[in-house]
Amino acid sequence: MGSFDTFLQQVFNGLVLGSLYALIALGYTMVYGIVNLINFAHGDVLMVGALTALSAITLAHATAPGLPGWALMIVGMAAAIVVCILLSLLIERVAYRPLRNAPRLAPLITAIGVSILLQTVSMLIWGRNHLTYPQLLPADPIAIGPATVTATKLAVIALSGIIMFGLLVLVQRTRLGRAMRATAENPRVAGLMGVNPNAVIAATFAIGAALAAVAGVMYAAVYSVAHFYMGFIPGLKAFTAAVLGGIGNIPGAMLGGILLGLIEALGAGYIDQLSGGVFGSNYQDVFAFIVLCAVLILRPSGLLGERVADRA
Amino acid sequence: MTPVRAPATADPQSAAARRRALLTGLAITAVVLVLPLAAGWLGTAWVRALAFAALYVMLALGLNIVVGFAGLLDLGYIAFYAVGAYTFALLASPHLTDNFPAIALAFPGGLHVPIWVAIPLGATIAAGFGVLLGAPVLKLRGDYLAIVTLGFGEIIRIFLNNLNRPLNFTNGPQGINLIDPVRIGIVSFDRPLDVLGVQLTSPQLYYYLFAALAALSALVCARLQDSRLGRAWMAIREDETAAKAMGINVRNVKLLAFGLGATFGGVAGAMFGAFQGFVSPESFSLMESVIVLSMIVLGGLGHIPGVIFGAVLLSVFPEVLRHTVGPLQEQIFGRIVIDTEVLRMLLYGIALVVIMLYRPRGLWPAPLHGTARAPGGGDAPPPANRAAGGVEP
Amino acid sequence: MSLLQVGGVSRRFGGLQALSDVSMSIARGQIYGLIGPNGAGKTTFFNVITGLVRPDAGSFMLDGKAYEPTAVHRVAAAGIARTFQNIRLFAEMTALENVMVGRHVRTHCGALAAVLRTPAARAEEAAIRARALELLDYVGIGAFGHLRARTLSYGDQRRLEIARALATDPKLLALDEPAAGMNGTEKVELRRLLERIRANGVTILLIEHDVKLVMGLCDRVTVLDEGRVIKEGEPAQVQRDPAVIEAYLGRAHEPA
Repeated sequence: MGSFDTFLQQVFNGLVLGSLYALIALGYTMVYGIVNLINFAHGDVLMVGALTALSAITLAHATAPGLPGWALMIVGMAAAIVVCILLSLLIERVAYRPLRNAPRLAPLITAIGVSILLQTVSMLIWGRNHLTYPQLLPADPIAIGPATVTATKLAVIALSGIIMFGLLVLVQRTRLGRAMRATAENPRVAGLMGVNPNAVIAATFAIGAALAAVAGVMYAAVYSVAHFYMGFIPGLKAFTAAVLGGIGNIPGAMLGGILLGLIEALGAGYIDQLSGGVFGSNYQDVFAFIVLCAVLILRPSGLLGERVADRA
Repeated sequence: MTPVRAPATADPQSAAARRRALLTGLAITAVVLVLPLAAGWLGTAWVRALAFAALYVMLALGLNIVVGFAGLLDLGYIAFYAVGAYTFALLASPHLTDNFPAIALAFPGGLHVPIWVAIPLGATIAAGFGVLLGAPVLKLRGDYLAIVTLGFGEIIRIFLNNLNRPLNFTNGPQGINLIDPVRIGIVSFDRPLDVLGVQLTSPQLYYYLFAALAALSALVCARLQDSRLGRAWMAIREDETAAKAMGINVRNVKLLAFGLGATFGGVAGAMFGAFQGFVSPESFSLMESVIVLSMIVLGGLGHIPGVIFGAVLLSVFPEVLRHTVGPLQEQIFGRIVIDTEVLRMLLYGIALVVIMLYRPRGLWPAPLHGTARAPGGGDAPPPANRAAGGVEP
Repeated sequence: MSLLQVGGVSRRFGGLQALSDVSMSIARGQIYGLIGPNGAGKTTFFNVITGLVRPDAGSFMLDGKAYEPTAVHRVAAAGIARTFQNIRLFAEMTALENVMVGRHVRTHCGALAAVLRTPAARAEEAAIRARALELLDYVGIGAFGHLRARTLSYGDQRRLEIARALATDPKLLALDEPAAGMNGTEKVELRRLLERIRANGVTILLIEHDVKLVMGLCDRVTVLDEGRVIKEGEPAQVQRDPAVIEAYLGRAHEPA
């Protein structure tokens, strides 16, 4: 495989990864945009989605063994979406809403607490071990040009694209989208205009959770594994992506996600050569952290975000 | 200018209050001294738990300087613990001599740095990392600061986990073992010692050492709190711009917070290495940082007694759980339904959420009347950096 | 003898020219007023001379020496202390502690001395405390030192801010609307306090909307409108100047 072929392969991998990060990042950025909160527990919602889907798929397969793989996938996703939406609404209502006007530390601690709770309860329900995700879509490698892809990975890119497009339409063209944007700008005035901020905020959480659920299922499908701690790293990386694109900015989250995926894939692919063998691909996770720190320190408004104004 | 009157706001401690404080102090000292002996009867595990509690007290006090006094939200604090631990591990174990022939030649008797060198060294190196971590994040506030420090902590852990190729510095996930115990003169802490007719086991010896260090830490923190520097930290916590306008060099004062806070972590880490005889990256995960943060938040952010209380509570509680709930479940259900580790985490998560909702100032916050040492008044949660997350102009 | 000499300060924020070629000369021992309609640029000017906003252009001389208001924390050391339009106290610290923080810039005891509690450190602490108590008395809130700043009444908070600023031993005290929100009695007390401060050798620069207060108190006044100086001189003259009258009456009526 020539070096350009490797490059293309890594680009493709980066797009797959990036699509996932983008979906998750959207949840972070929408919530942050509307209530100024970093939802620490968002990555764990993803995890619950993946594990719920697994249970649903297992159950569906047991009751109706004739169902084709893609149908099982849909069943799984539907179950994940429903559960995650309900879960996030519950969390928002119980843990976040009472602290909406509290200074920064309280909601952050609470979010950490919720994250721990989600992980522990998942541990209780699904156990500690890594669970295998069945191959639902045909696993035969497909060659697109010089790159090798699988049906699952293609599905990830396609589905993510459709969802992101749908979200943009929702935010720009629908009443709910307008209400969301208004509440993000100024909740009180939006309220005066007839928008119910609590309902809009709840809807934002719900949409974010649904996206995370889908991302979680696809993530587990791509890596063929799911377990109670799987949400932490993707969650943190997706947050990096959201910040990279400009926190609070929806197209920014999409852009940031794709970019981060590419950076990570290309970085992991080439770091061996670049560092003369000192650093191997086991440093892959470090990339995201370094990008995160660099962006927050050097350009905290991100790529598409507003420049933070000077305060007198 | 009006002459100085007998101040209406003089030190409110009257003689009676001082006597009361002295008696309380003596009582606490007595309990602290007797505790390991009592615990020893229950089993070594309890004594070890107490020793770890003392280490956590040091960590909590150190983090309290950063988060409680200066209002800087650090989620990567455990990195300094790791730095201290690994520093001692490298300087007092066969690892370096085994892996680097040059060092083996230079130290034919092996590397056995004594603790009176190792502790200051661990403290200094940790302080250096503290300044290193603090310098780029000086302009960040609130959530952003938290996330970046979290990232730094993880980066350090990943490096510790991977710096075993091409040169084996840290021995990767396997960690470094055969670390020397604490040695003071001819006394080696890994063997029992006869003190005034009482036979003290090794964990008990370590406990007394750590308790002494913890007490020293508390004293240092109390003095810092009541000083020009302590007030500068609190001013920054309350309103950074106003602090600057009053001539406080915010940059240096923040770096001091990071550095001094890290020092506590470094010393505790070195002691941890000696006590456990073994260090690995697993001990320094994000969860550990969260645990230390929870200790100070649940205990009473910024309030030294509260912080100590939180540290002891959250480090001893899992032990209590393990020894009570485990057997209890066996009795009731015939088997362990919920692993105590999982139960501990579950209660942990619940505690964090519940405390923030109902007692956001912590279980033992600073008294509302009198001096305002700790942040938060009334039912308001602590105000660590009011900005949602952003950049300081 | 000029204490603060400012020449040609300009500052633009995006599309808005907040300050255009503003100059000012404040003599030692004066109470100097800066007035103008809302949005004229008064607070921006304050922010420039105290280093919170960097000017596009301007020269500064403080006490005969060139003065670069770049680092905010050096401004207090140089001798300018300020209060804020919307009171920026250290809310959870006591009144006494607030003023003690003001002494930070004139003291130097560091971490090591604090931990070791050396005799020098203890002496410095005692001196800081004594001076802070003195200042609390001076501004009239001596009885409230042990209370958290946020529990003080509005008027007392303003006084506390002044005490804190005085603790830095300033040459120039820059007050941003110190009388805002005060009733008549409080304003009279404030005026007496400011006169006392001037009598003790501190020069005062004052942004104020209360015309009566300004006219009675200030030795000289500069009027800003839309970022430009439209008049400078003694209060009585400025009050009668047609351009000044137009600047005020040409907009929404300013309550005196």
